[in-house]
Amino acid sequence: MNPRTIAIQPGSRRKFIYIITLFVITLTGFAQMPIFKRYYIADIPGLGWLDEFYVTHYLHYLAAAVLLAVLFEGAIGYLLMFRKHYRMTVSGRIRAMLLFGLVLTGALMAVKNFSGYWFSQQAIIAMDILHIALTVVYLSAALWVVISGKKWIEKI
Amino acid sequence: MQTDISRRRFFKKSALAAATLAVSNVPQVLASQCETDQQLATLIDVSRCIGCEACVDACRESNEAKFPRPVKPFPKMLPDRVKVEDWSDQKDVRDRLTPYNWLFIQRAVVQTDGGEKEITLPRRCMHCVNPPCVKLCPWGAAIQQKNGISRMDPDLCLGGAKCKNVCPWKIPQRQTGAGLYLDILPSLAGNGVMNKCDRCYNRIAEGGIPACIEACPEQVQTIGPRREILKQAHELASSMNGFIYGETENGGTNTIYVSPVPFETLNQAIDKGQGRPGLKKAKDEMSEANTLAAALIIAPIAGVASAIGRYYKTVKKHASGDLL
Repeated sequence: MNPRTIAIQPGSRRKFIYIITLFVITLTGFAQMPIFKRYYIADIPGLGWLDEFYVTHYLHYLAAAVLLAVLFEGAIGYLLMFRKHYRMTVSGRIRAMLLFGLVLTGALMAVKNFSGYWFSQQAIIAMDILHIALTVVYLSAALWVVISGKKWIEKI
Repeated sequence: MQTDISRRRFFKKSALAAATLAVSNVPQVLASQCETDQQLATLIDVSRCIGCEACVDACRESNEAKFPRPVKPFPKMLPDRVKVEDWSDQKDVRDRLTPYNWLFIQRAVVQTDGGEKEITLPRRCMHCVNPPCVKLCPWGAAIQQKNGISRMDPDLCLGGAKCKNVCPWKIPQRQTGAGLYLDILPSLAGNGVMNKCDRCYNRIAEGGIPACIEACPEQVQTIGPRREILKQAHELASSMNGFIYGETENGGTNTIYVSPVPFETLNQAIDKGQGRPGLKKAKDEMSEANTLAAALIIAPIAGVASAIGRYYKTVKKHASGDLL
């Protein structure tokens, strides 16, 4: 491990919550597509709920709430406590931008789902594709940083 | 933009039509010049319906060009559990919803004060105010227009049938062998296109009214701004000591039925099942998640509060500590 780098969330509990939340939000996000029943995943005992669109939709929002709290805690925590002596790594900046895009498109899609809020079909398609594309890129980036051992911030 | 213009034209022509109809006492179009931003709703006076199926004929004829034209043989579906749904050889079926029959007459024999009576009512998409089929479609292939019409985009739909799954009435119907999925991964993803009533959006865009409304000899249906339709529905229900369905179902729909017989009774008497929607109370399917979404605003505040708390705890603990 590079001695000049530290994790922004040194507490293992926070890291655990972050990883679990990412897993749940990704799983329930992909469950918005009608694929888990088709490909037998929802047939696995205990995973039948993956084919319940309203359940996965609700869980996706629930995970989004936890993720938002974790992200804001991390961001404000960095600004208050680490910024003077630590800077964000390149991989940290890339991931932060991807997460910002995911939160933004997700928030717009949540607004769209309220009654009385109207978006054009083109806007909805753009949001859907962008949200899925950002997810895939973020997951790829996350895999890359896990393999390469990169951190969010490093000592200046 | 197109929708706005179309709506304006619709109301302009509707006003004309309303004047004509008022003279001829045919209540098919209820227009209001001052409420052009509202969703359009239809009122279905069940007491007037004689079950002649003129609306069914008109719907089939008017929408024939929109019906799917599947390419056969169908691609082999993988895995095998994915069912082919082919109605192209059963286009004559008209006693249920199919990809080629977007409206059907539902029949119920009920006991009334005057003895046994057959009630008939046209059934099709309810055009929900906040339609789950549109809001939860993962591809944006389902559209809700500003005027409240919800419809499927046949060029984009992959036929995953999520729209049918989340619809309280299971309205959309799938036809295998047509649509975009044939050009992507026909065996592995998608299974055709979903079809349902689009309330003749093209006719409305041109200032007309839906074919089923126009063709009805008994003037069963009236179309107009939702607020006015609801007002008329309540007046009608009061006048016949009747019952309303569709006003609150699934959070509100743009199809308002008024019947002299309770809908619970009708629901028990009708033939329900695939392509034959029931008339039971339908809760607002989007409401639970939307309530949670409204609470999402609290999440960042909680995160910020936690970070500030952690900061002051750290400052207190390490007044001259390593971190600061």
